[in-house]
Amino acid sequence: MIKTSKKLQHENRTAAAWLFLSPAMTAIAIFFVVPVLSALIMSFTDFDIYALGNLNNVRFMGFKNYIRIFETPLFWVAMKNTFYFVIVGAPLSVFVSLGAALMVNSKLAKFKPFFRTVYFLPVVTSLVAVAVVWRYLFHPAHGLLNYGLGYFGVDPIDWLGNPNYAMPAIILMAVWKSFGYNMLIFIAGLQNISEELYEASHMDGAGGWRQFIDITIPMLAPTTVFVVMITIIGYFQLFAEPYIMTEGGPMNATTSIVLMMYEQGFRWWNMGYAAAIAFVLFAMILVFSVIQMLIQRRMQS
Amino acid sequence: MKKYLIILFIVILSIFGCSQKAGTITTIKFWAMGNEGEMVTQLIPEFERKNPDIHVVVQQIPWTAAHEKMLTAFAGGSLPDVFQMGNTWIPEFTVLNSLEPLEPFVKTSSTVQLTDYFGGVLKSNIIDSILYGIPWYVDTRVIFYRKDLLRNAGFKEPPKTWDEVLRICEVMQRQAKEKGITRYPIFLPTNEWVPAIALGMQSGGKFLKNNMTKGNFSGPEFTKAFHMLATFYSKKNSPSGMQLITNMYNSFSEGLIAMYITGPWNIGEFSRRIAPELQNEWMTAPLPSMDSTYPGNSLPLGTSLVISRISKHKEAAWKFIEFLASCEQSVSFYKITGNLPPRKSAWTDSSLANNKYIHAFHQQLERVEPLPQVAEWEQIVIRLQIYVEYIATQTMTVDVALKKFDAEVDQILEKRRWLIEKQMKQ
Repeated sequence: MIKTSKKLQHENRTAAAWLFLSPAMTAIAIFFVVPVLSALIMSFTDFDIYALGNLNNVRFMGFKNYIRIFETPLFWVAMKNTFYFVIVGAPLSVFVSLGAALMVNSKLAKFKPFFRTVYFLPVVTSLVAVAVVWRYLFHPAHGLLNYGLGYFGVDPIDWLGNPNYAMPAIILMAVWKSFGYNMLIFIAGLQNISEELYEASHMDGAGGWRQFIDITIPMLAPTTVFVVMITIIGYFQLFAEPYIMTEGGPMNATTSIVLMMYEQGFRWWNMGYAAAIAFVLFAMILVFSVIQMLIQRRMQS
Repeated sequence: MKKYLIILFIVILSIFGCSQKAGTITTIKFWAMGNEGEMVTQLIPEFERKNPDIHVVVQQIPWTAAHEKMLTAFAGGSLPDVFQMGNTWIPEFTVLNSLEPLEPFVKTSSTVQLTDYFGGVLKSNIIDSILYGIPWYVDTRVIFYRKDLLRNAGFKEPPKTWDEVLRICEVMQRQAKEKGITRYPIFLPTNEWVPAIALGMQSGGKFLKNNMTKGNFSGPEFTKAFHMLATFYSKKNSPSGMQLITNMYNSFSEGLIAMYITGPWNIGEFSRRIAPELQNEWMTAPLPSMDSTYPGNSLPLGTSLVISRISKHKEAAWKFIEFLASCEQSVSFYKITGNLPPRKSAWTDSSLANNKYIHAFHQQLERVEPLPQVAEWEQIVIRLQIYVEYIATQTMTVDVALKKFDAEVDQILEKRRWLIEKQMKQ
């Protein structure tokens, strides 16, 4: 008797849980699961402008789209650019935001809320508006950046017009635009470190640098792993900056994988091919995330 | 109570009043791009005065987003009744079966006379002998040049052939060297496909082969054209990167460049932005030619007005097109935007006939050839731009570049090949 009532109770509770979850689950199913699955199916077809005109023109392609991606020279250029952006940009962003967090969080700093706001401002500003201003800063003849470099005897650089400098320019802007967000997370992490640790080490005669290496860095490790992970995932999806600033040029020097996908999908309407690119990118990000999670687990144990 | 009854009465009256009014007025939606979208609103009141039963709602779309927006609108079934379209996009939108054939309307029209249009431009609106668009304004490319610099080099007339252009370049380079200055005699931007395609057209190149299902860029004609283009860059007759010219108008005023292939919008820009003391020293001329027929061929660019196949107000939409396409309105439109009228009879208007810079465009428009009418054309020429950069910077040789480019074109045209083969079998 008792058992069955318990079982019933359990069932009721499960039903209630499903009931409460159902609105969110429905939303996720409609707006996430269904589109992702249809994109997956689409990536095995050659859905394009001809198919849009007449559905009889769709062909099942198997893995041909995927094979074609790896055979396309532009894809490898986009890969190279995206990795360049991630490998240089992501660590830079993490260091800058950590530095900013340490400064803003320092006991010596004044006007803390002011600086926190100022550093966070680029994150919440519209990228399009920011891009217009940065285009002025990057201007080869009248730009502030070249003007400043001129003081050190550096010849004017055509930031957005020269294939060698376009990506560094994009990285510079992207880091500036996004470091405020990571900075906030670092500040939260720093504030979680117990003050007693610093006091104890101070009594043992540890200086500022020693404290940073032996207390701040290890205590911040979980935060750092989290920040690195979201930064890398975010940076793999580089799109808006080159889309607005350079349109992928000059000579494809700033074409990222997402930009290539967008061009194929929405400019030329090669939806099947674009969907396949999306899944290749998804697989890449998945691999990186798994690696990072493994590292994190090992660190914890 | 009485008060409420009166209010109710008024409400009922106004509802009926409104619905009666709405029943007689047709509202048509019109999408226009960029500056044209803004300026065309000045012509609408006149149209609505003449056609009190039609109301036009204009939506302005930026050029950079226009193509994407139209495709998305088609996919969502929300294309407007009338819209402006770059005439190279028409093949793509007929593949989608989204445009209304206009022949039936033209047949009964008293104002739209097809014989009055520049032939090459009209042809770009006809796909498989069906007319889909009425040209709204035309655009072609000519040479803008510095008279004084050409005179100093010993040339009184603008060049008639490309060999002559090369001779001018040689003299100018020598003179620049003596003076110790830099000069690029002709500016062929590396981020444009127009000069390459114009040269290819002149060398008699069929850009595509096998029923336009395969690239023919590595064929002898286009190879010749691309070699010529490469020569301009390798001899430093033209800057090999865009970073060398930061402001085209300053460069032209300073004499850093002496000739430039560009379109009609630059007549206005040159008048405003070229140094005042040089205003009498610049001129326009039709394109030089690869052989003896002058002028050489150029491109029939420009935009057309089209009607959506799913529009519910095609009659009203056509009336609006007729209005914009009339000589009178195309001249007014020229006056407010500088966009050139597509009808020959409009060019007799004093505002065009008395503009000395316009003359070259008139001459050139008689010598334009339509571009290949395949849906993938836009995609092909955007890729071509990259290869222009490759040969300009000598990252690739002409032959290697064209082979690689043809391979890309073949891939872009794969679906078209399959479709045509399927049709043949049936």
